[in-house]
Amino acid sequence: MRSNFLPVLTVVGVLFALWYAAAVWLNADWTYDKATRSGETVTATSLVADTWAQKKPKLPAPHQVASEIWDTTLMKKVTSKRSLVYHSWITLSATLLGFGMGTLLGVLLAVGIVFNRVMDMSVMPWVIASQTIPILAIAPMIIVVLNAVGVSGLLPKAMISMYLSFFPVVVGMVKGLRSPDQMQLDQMRTWHASTAQSFWKLRLPASMPYFFTSLKIAMAASLVGAIIGELPTGAVAGLGARLLAGSYYGQTIQIWSALIMAAALAALLVGIIGLIQRVTLKRMGMAR
Amino acid sequence: MKTVISAQNLSLTFETNDGPVHALKDVSLNIEKGDFVSFIGPSGCGKTTFLRCMADLEQPTGGEITVNGVSAAEARRARAYGYVFQAAGLYPWRTIGGNIRLPLEIMGYSKADQAKRVSQVLELVELAGFERKFPWQLSGGMQQRASIARALAFDADILLMDEPFGALDEIVRDHLNEQLLRLWARTEKTIAFVTHSIPEAVYLSTKIVVMSPRPGRIADVIESPLPKERPLDIRETPEFLEIAHRVREGLRAGHADD
Repeated sequence: MRSNFLPVLTVVGVLFALWYAAAVWLNADWTYDKATRSGETVTATSLVADTWAQKKPKLPAPHQVASEIWDTTLMKKVTSKRSLVYHSWITLSATLLGFGMGTLLGVLLAVGIVFNRVMDMSVMPWVIASQTIPILAIAPMIIVVLNAVGVSGLLPKAMISMYLSFFPVVVGMVKGLRSPDQMQLDQMRTWHASTAQSFWKLRLPASMPYFFTSLKIAMAASLVGAIIGELPTGAVAGLGARLLAGSYYGQTIQIWSALIMAAALAALLVGIIGLIQRVTLKRMGMAR
Repeated sequence: MKTVISAQNLSLTFETNDGPVHALKDVSLNIEKGDFVSFIGPSGCGKTTFLRCMADLEQPTGGEITVNGVSAAEARRARAYGYVFQAAGLYPWRTIGGNIRLPLEIMGYSKADQAKRVSQVLELVELAGFERKFPWQLSGGMQQRASIARALAFDADILLMDEPFGALDEIVRDHLNEQLLRLWARTEKTIAFVTHSIPEAVYLSTKIVVMSPRPGRIADVIESPLPKERPLDIRETPEFLEIAHRVREGLRAGHADD
């Protein structure tokens, strides 16, 4: 732990330094514009001070984003439309629902592919094709179509999450369910085990490490899906809506704080799966 | 003497891109109840294929094989044999006890019966006290003993073993050979045992089947005159060396026509 501390801190430090430097560089034009109009001269210190404190900078400085996040999370009531916690929750609920549906769909498809020859031959190409379509193109259509049949709110966004998250689960689980080697399958045969018994006692437990790895990717994809799903809804609520509103009004600080929030959320969710993975595999005796 | 396994003119040909491979050709052999039969020969002689035919893991393309008087497939469905593979193949997510319980669960033994049998066979392979350990906590030799225990746990009179000690070092191997003989005496099972090692085959068997490759066939069948009681140093006696010599001759004859 301690040996990691210094390198990690160094990298973070370098990143922040680059970020601050980039803020000066990108926002300098506006500072010079203002100065020309008011006839002031720009010194090095006033340049830095101004580029790090603009209201609508091209690139907000880290402390601006941090104070925006502070203001919109801890200083607002969580039920307020201006609270980032409220918007995060909207996105999170769609993410989790879509993740759940995607995982279920992915596992079912994988089981079908492993046990059914026809599905093995036919489903996988469609699964792969589904992921080659840009989600940004298909998301508005899903929202519009579902709206037309009277489904709105959480579910359309969750559907887009599902669309993105079932893929890693299918691929991972097909690999995992096929991970037992020929000898282990022969062994089941010598005991005259049924297909169901081989599944529950051999294939499914053997697939667990693959399953958790897939879940981590699926969770991240799910969050991206939910955010994309919020873009064409007219930007009502959610992190995606914050991003869209921010870009309408040039509120770069708001965009960046929503981005950071989304990243933190993804890290948290993936971290939770990692924790469940560790505990489960340890209890199964598969982690040392 | 009751014949347990009987093969008549058994043949198995694999179709490959380089033409047919005769893994077995006209193999005939009877294994009597209580026999300890070793199959020895160079790789490609069909000894493992023969064992897999007995286990209904491979389908012969000619001839006939019966196990316990019925077809190999029927015998497999009746769970007539325990099969020990070259690798222990224990499930990493199950404890040693859990691994031995696995076939019992599949075969629908009651919980109480499962527990009783697990402790019984663990004692039989001298692994009592390791029931709650996970496979990775055991040495290779202990893992292989656990896999033998797993094959012994259910009521099968036949034990088919495919080079079970092939991956283990000489000292561990000697020890396990001794244990296996004791176990065979106690359980009175019929054992078919595939090996690469001449001393192992001679030390263990009542009958040694020497096989030769291309096509896989039986070159010699040697009935061992050694007594049932066999301490390890029996391997230095003239009788032992004489049988070993005959096995070696058989192996060499098989290679002569290459």
